Amino acid sequence: MITLSGLTKTFDRTIHAVKDVDLHIDEGEVVVIVGPSGSGKSTILRCINLLEIPTAGTVLVDGFELTDTSTDIDHVRAEVGMVFQQFNLFPHLTVMENITLAQRKVRGRSRAEAEEMAMRQLTRVGIPEKADSYPRQLSGGQQQRVAIARSLAMEPRVMLFDEPTSALDPEMVKEVLDVMLELAAEGMTMVVVSHEMGFARAAADRLVFIDEGEIIEAGPPEEIFTNPAHERTRAFFDKILY
Amino acid sequence: MTQDQGAETDQKSRPRNGSKRVTDERPWWDTFPWWSAIIAAILLWMAWQIATSEDYELAWDRISPGLRLTVTATLQAFAIALVVGLAAGMGQLSRNVVARNISRTYVEFIRGIPILPLIFTVALIVVPETTEMLNSRLNAWFGWEFKLSFQMRATVTLALIYGAYMAEIFRGGIQSIPPGQSEAGRSLGLTRRQTMNSVILPQAMRAIIPPLGNDFIAILKDTSLLSVLGVLEITQRGRQFSASTFKFREGYFVVSFIYLILTLSLSLLLGLLEKRMTRDRQGER
Ligand SMILES: Nc1ncnc2c1ncn2[C@@H]1O[C@H](COP(=O)(O)OP(=O)(O)O)[C@@H](O)[C@H]1O
Ligand SMILES: [Mg+2]
Repeated sequence: MITLSGLTKTFDRTIHAVKDVDLHIDEGEVVVIVGPSGSGKSTILRCINLLEIPTAGTVLVDGFELTDTSTDIDHVRAEVGMVFQQFNLFPHLTVMENITLAQRKVRGRSRAEAEEMAMRQLTRVGIPEKADSYPRQLSGGQQQRVAIARSLAMEPRVMLFDEPTSALDPEMVKEVLDVMLELAAEGMTMVVVSHEMGFARAAADRLVFIDEGEIIEAGPPEEIFTNPAHERTRAFFDKILY
Repeated sequence: MTQDQGAETDQKSRPRNGSKRVTDERPWWDTFPWWSAIIAAILLWMAWQIATSEDYELAWDRISPGLRLTVTATLQAFAIALVVGLAAGMGQLSRNVVARNISRTYVEFIRGIPILPLIFTVALIVVPETTEMLNSRLNAWFGWEFKLSFQMRATVTLALIYGAYMAEIFRGGIQSIPPGQSEAGRSLGLTRRQTMNSVILPQAMRAIIPPLGNDFIAILKDTSLLSVLGVLEITQRGRQFSASTFKFREGYFVVSFIYLILTLSLSLLLGLLEKRMTRDRQGER
């Protein structure tokens, strides 16, 4: 589904955010990426839908070579949902309008079709009653669930999550993780940057540890938690796990 | 928000010599908008003068026909400036290196020169020379020539000047929207244009409309500069009246009166519009 080969991203010619990363993600696989702050996790994720343009290497998504200029990038982006740490809902639109906008403009759905799909996704994330609210009237957890519903309404083939619970108050983390767990159980291909190790344990097929722009190791979560092969991985988990 | 903070600090700082701070309400005379009462009084006095004194009435009769020109020039200059400003503002944010640099050059150039010399330069040099250049072709090809009256030249100059100021307003408004908004739009598959039109511009408008309103008022006032080209708007008529009758006081009082009425009612309208915008926005913020 996703194949990164030799992915390299350098900012301003001097900041080597991602160095020669190879990663293959199968259809239906759930991959959790962890690593210290500034290690390049977000950059890798953002290269998968070309919010960042790689300096070198190739990004293959669903058979499309993204770095090839002949690829219609808007088309591929519609197939790749992205959930941000800061939610990034459109504040001037209601929840319903947030979810129908791209469906209508990109998928060409009628208003009625788009609204029906929106209600279906809102029900799935547990807040159908918020359809007519504005984002600011919702709690952080509700906003993030709307953001997930907004992505899902496009019926993407892949979902990317960049620290989806990091900006949430602690009591709201679970409601978002529950939605993500359910999504994983339904077989969605997911790439998740998150330090929620409970989620990784429960849902991840593979845990990828990244440091200084490189993949240090990857494997089943339990194996990496209990028996990391590298000193850097061990040191990292010593810091984040109680 | 500020009220909450006020209440907090009040609690923390204990009253000193037994004086109690039971309320932070201020007496009516402290909050009453005296300034508007003063201005209203001045306006009433001016209106009274015009209505009762023959000299003022004469000045009014001679000057007020210029209103039409003032208003027309304001509307024309504002409309052209809007188009130019939006183009130059978006141009500065364009990915195209040529568009970006042309816009930037235009904005920096115009903003660096005072209005008066610019009006002379454009009206007396730039417009005649470009029209002459164009006309030699137009005349040869179509037997038709292109003419700009002094009034139009001056209006175009004003529009070009305010276009540069508005470019900065548009650019600032667009840039005030966090990049996450366009990233969210793009990652849903919206094109750049769709993201700009449906996500960025509607939000930017809230930051753009109030300063644009201020520019409208500023243009209205600056149409007085057209008088240097002999355009018969209010100021020029006031100058002519005063010079021919030696009634300077009457002439310039009436001129000021007309401008004040126009600008004050416009800022009142603008204030109402802004109030409505913040109220509409409360639902979502
Ligand atoms: N747009 C950018 N311009 C310059 N440097 C950037 C930019 N985005 C990220 N970086 C740098 O790239 C490195 C990796 O960043 P990021 O991928 O956000 O890390 P993480 O998500 O793992 O915290 C950091 O050193 C960061 O400062
Ligand atoms: Mg990050």
